[in-house]
Amino acid sequence: MSGFARRLLGTTIVTAALAAAIAVYIAVFLTASPPSAGAVQTASGPHLYLGSVASAELSDQHPTWVSFYAVNATSTRWTHATTYVLPAHTLVHVTIYQFDSQTGLRNPLYGHATGMIPGTYTVDGKRVQGIDPTTAAHIFAVPQIGLTVPLEGISANAKNPCSNAPCSLSTAHHTMSFAFRTPGKGLYRWQCFVPCAAGFIQGNGGPMQTIGYMGGFLKIV
Amino acid sequence: MKEVNHFRRFLLWYLATTIPLTLIVVLVLAPGMPPGNGTVQASAVVADNTVFLGVASVIFMAVLVYFVYSLIAFRERNPSVVTEGPAIRGHPQIQLWWIVVTMGIVLFLTAYGTIRLLEGGSGGGQGPNPIAVPSPPAGTKPLQVQVIAQQWQFTYRYPAYGGVETPSIEIPTNTLVEFHVTSLDVIHSFWAYQLNVKADANPGVDNIAYAQTKGPLFFNVRCSELCGLWHGYMFNSGRVVPRAQFASWIALQQRQFGAARRSLPPYTRQYFPTPLRRG
Repeated sequence: MSGFARRLLGTTIVTAALAAAIAVYIAVFLTASPPSAGAVQTASGPHLYLGSVASAELSDQHPTWVSFYAVNATSTRWTHATTYVLPAHTLVHVTIYQFDSQTGLRNPLYGHATGMIPGTYTVDGKRVQGIDPTTAAHIFAVPQIGLTVPLEGISANAKNPCSNAPCSLSTAHHTMSFAFRTPGKGLYRWQCFVPCAAGFIQGNGGPMQTIGYMGGFLKIV
Repeated sequence: MKEVNHFRRFLLWYLATTIPLTLIVVLVLAPGMPPGNGTVQASAVVADNTVFLGVASVIFMAVLVYFVYSLIAFRERNPSVVTEGPAIRGHPQIQLWWIVVTMGIVLFLTAYGTIRLLEGGSGGGQGPNPIAVPSPPAGTKPLQVQVIAQQWQFTYRYPAYGGVETPSIEIPTNTLVEFHVTSLDVIHSFWAYQLNVKADANPGVDNIAYAQTKGPLFFNVRCSELCGLWHGYMFNSGRVVPRAQFASWIALQQRQFGAARRSLPPYTRQYFPTPLRRG
């Protein structure tokens, strides 16, 4: 094989490999979607269980970031997902295990819950309309449908706090339960309104600006 | 052979096409353009757009008709006799007219824009000391509505109704609404499109804009300042409703958010939230 033929073959192989790598990268990019979780079917209808923690799992790429997780009813199985798949036009029950400490709200209005059915929700079994805005750790809010549920934070002096996900129900936490009616099919963003991103300017950077931590979507199908 | 008077012929073509087109633009097309006639401020913008489009039509047609006329009148039909035309050595009369006409147009637009901004620019945020302050309809008082932006939602506070704060907005018909726009975190922008209100929401700043409502109206509100992850979702809608309907709505808000109101800080023109434990 002549020198020219060898160079031509080598160039062709390198070009083909490069083109294949680019094609794979584009295909992965186009087909990738953030992990999602669904509600559990119960006798009373679909039930979504969530957990909110001060810090993600140690294996997470951001183990110091505050985050929501999809969990099971006993908080023993944790999935790092903030896209929740729910059926359309259905009464969905939600339980949130909240393990994080209190931050406080920048706008106290969000201490008042809206959009649930009935117009109240429970904090550790006690039915309330809202919480003291200074004790909020997070909020589960879907502005497009007017749903705002403030989540009570654990006290700074709480015994046995959970530092990183996954968190057991034996560690300090509050349990919030509510129900809401899902809208028609579509993607609805949800977010936290507490500026809870520790270490970032105004508490609104990092996990507050990254889907998969303090915000995500309700995928209504 | 009689010399053709190109200028006269061009002028005839120009007037024959431009007069009807400009009339169509000014009388038919422009009045129906956004943002519509939902408020006095929106109507003022439509009027300004009509004037600008009218002026633009006249200029655009001058260029277009001259271009077409040149293609037809100065085209050499026998390529074998194509020769260079005489060198252009300047034409003081044309140059003078060119300077006078273009300067006149620019000066007119400058003066018109300035005057209209001063007398009718009340829909834009004018800071805490507005220059363009419209008068309310006879027998009415301006209604203050505070717009509070935060990542990523607008909320609205009504100081005349006990300072109630709500996540939705309604305002009454035939009322001068005085928007006080501020932010609790980063820079946002309150853009109520059909009201022709657009005002930056800066933390610690009271930015005032006005809308004089007319009849019932549905309007969209969007944030028009890139403000973070959910900027694209920072929108909602509002309604201009008859006064009686507004009274019922605000009473409902006072009941619904009465408990929350007790947690709110006293109404002020701007807020400086206490540093949070994490931030």
